Amino acid sequence: MFELLGIPPQALFGQLLLGLINGAFYAMLSLGLAVIFGLLNIINFTHGAQYMMGAFVTWMLLNYFGIEYWYALVLAPLIVGATGIVIERLMISRLYHLDHLYGLLLTFGLALIIQGLFRNEYGISGMSYRPPELLAGGHNLGFMYLPNSRLWVIIASVVVCFGTWFVIEKTKLGAYLRAATENPTLVGAFGINVPRMITLTYGFGVALAAFAGVLAAPIYSVNPNMGESLIIVVFAVVVIGGMGSILGAIITGFGLGLVEGLTRVFYPEGSAVVIFVIMAIVLLIKPAGLFGRAA
Amino acid sequence: MTTTDTVSHVPVQPRDKTMGMPRHHMLIFACLFVFMLVAPFLLYPIFLMKVMCFALFAAAFNLLLGFGGLLSFGHAAYFGSASYISAHAAKVWGLTPELAILCGTGTALVLGIVIGSLAIRRQGIYFAMVTLAFAQMVYFFSLQAEFTGGEDGIQAVPRGELFGLLNIQPDRVLYYFVLAITFGGVLAIYRIIHSPFGQVLKAIRENEPRSISLGYHVNRYKLAVFVISATFAGLAGATKALVFQLASLTDVYWTMSGEVVLMTLLGGMGTVFGPLLGAGIIVAMQNYFASFGAWVTVMQGVIFVLGVLLFREGIVGVIAQRIKKPL
Repeated sequence: MFELLGIPPQALFGQLLLGLINGAFYAMLSLGLAVIFGLLNIINFTHGAQYMMGAFVTWMLLNYFGIEYWYALVLAPLIVGATGIVIERLMISRLYHLDHLYGLLLTFGLALIIQGLFRNEYGISGMSYRPPELLAGGHNLGFMYLPNSRLWVIIASVVVCFGTWFVIEKTKLGAYLRAATENPTLVGAFGINVPRMITLTYGFGVALAAFAGVLAAPIYSVNPNMGESLIIVVFAVVVIGGMGSILGAIITGFGLGLVEGLTRVFYPEGSAVVIFVIMAIVLLIKPAGLFGRAA
Repeated sequence: MTTTDTVSHVPVQPRDKTMGMPRHHMLIFACLFVFMLVAPFLLYPIFLMKVMCFALFAAAFNLLLGFGGLLSFGHAAYFGSASYISAHAAKVWGLTPELAILCGTGTALVLGIVIGSLAIRRQGIYFAMVTLAFAQMVYFFSLQAEFTGGEDGIQAVPRGELFGLLNIQPDRVLYYFVLAITFGGVLAIYRIIHSPFGQVLKAIRENEPRSISLGYHVNRYKLAVFVISATFAGLAGATKALVFQLASLTDVYWTMSGEVVLMTLLGGMGTVFGPLLGAGIIVAMQNYFASFGAWVTVMQGVIFVLGVLLFREGIVGVIAQRIKKPL
């Protein structure tokens, strides 16, 4: 076997794979944040809690109703997205005329409520989710072992990310959405129901977070705190990438996951903070973010 | 005749002022002070000291949010790092309490300069996210560093002897030391708010482009208020380490940053007395409902949501509107 800079290839590729998977979650979550921010102008602090809800709903569907993973892949985002729509109609919609910061504070409070409720019901130890048979096992690629469940996460997230990109950048619906981001009043004047579009956009962004939660259920432990530290890293990813570009959010997410994986190989102590350090550097060199437009 | 008479746009007339402070503010401060002097004979001193530390923390945070218009979601970084350094200084270096607190506060000041100068490069929501992310970095550092004791924190911190003379180990003695620090801190913040510097901050908050066109170096003012706020947050954290004789990861975690936002929002951001009241209410709630576990988190979330939807002025803000006087 060959060695790279004194690192055995199994360790290197293993960490790169883990990094790619983390990157997949960063990409999906920052994409949802960017879509919501684009139209609603709020940062959805509840995003981490909604990711956690996605994983929990998947777990509940299997353990309470016997509904399999593949159905949960569609059902869980729909259910969690519906709760998002309720939240938007009842609360967030009352804040559009105010400073953006109130949206941040409101969604922060909602995240505390959701996490507290789940913690009361399920404790903090976490539960395991039995992966479906198709995802058991894996492939031996010669230089590393690739478990099917992890390969699936990467494929699914890439498909969803580029599907979202395609809808927003290449379809008529996406064109309406981009137009409403630029000038909601004018789009409304053309007879498009902008408030409904805002509601559905929030629901979609939340569903995206829940979809990430479904993907996380079989590979991580399902617990009420799974979203809270992830969301802060995703905030850093969003600051690095800038929220102006859909493709930018996806690339930044995957890229930073890989960087984190590499750091874990070469300097394990720094892996928890490397993204924050990159954020500091980006703020120094290009304050608007790599793909951002200057505000 | 005082010079302020000639400045007609100053809202408060000089005859309503005592020592440069509106009379009703003076009255409230005096009542608070007298109450806090006798309070340890009525209530548990440790609880009161906790309230005071958080009141100072919230007042420092409110200086930045309520008067600077900058929402930092990472104030736990200054509170917590100061708490660690002052605990370390008192325990390992064997410094006297006032020097230990000075070390902790100085650390928060330096950290405030570093993070502040990076964070003010972005505005609004991004500013909040950047400060939160840097605070999380400080948290990870505290988790991994040797001297912080990881999950255990720094325990059994000696309170020591003030100036090497006065033993502040007994709760009642320490109480008056903490009272002096808190009152000194809150009055200093009050002075800053009502200084010309504070007026410029207000102008920047209301209309940044116009302040720039008037010739103010907006970023210098933002950084200055950020650093001042971080320093006072550090003073609160460093004092807290001596009160509980403990510095732990709770102090640097993002939930602590959220709590101080909640205290300020509940009491009334941009008011002088709101953060103090908010801190009192939240600390009391945590104290008396501690047995409910995660329900306390749920309650805090509910207060957040209701506060944002219904009471954006906060308790003191609503009272100030009723009596038509700034509080």
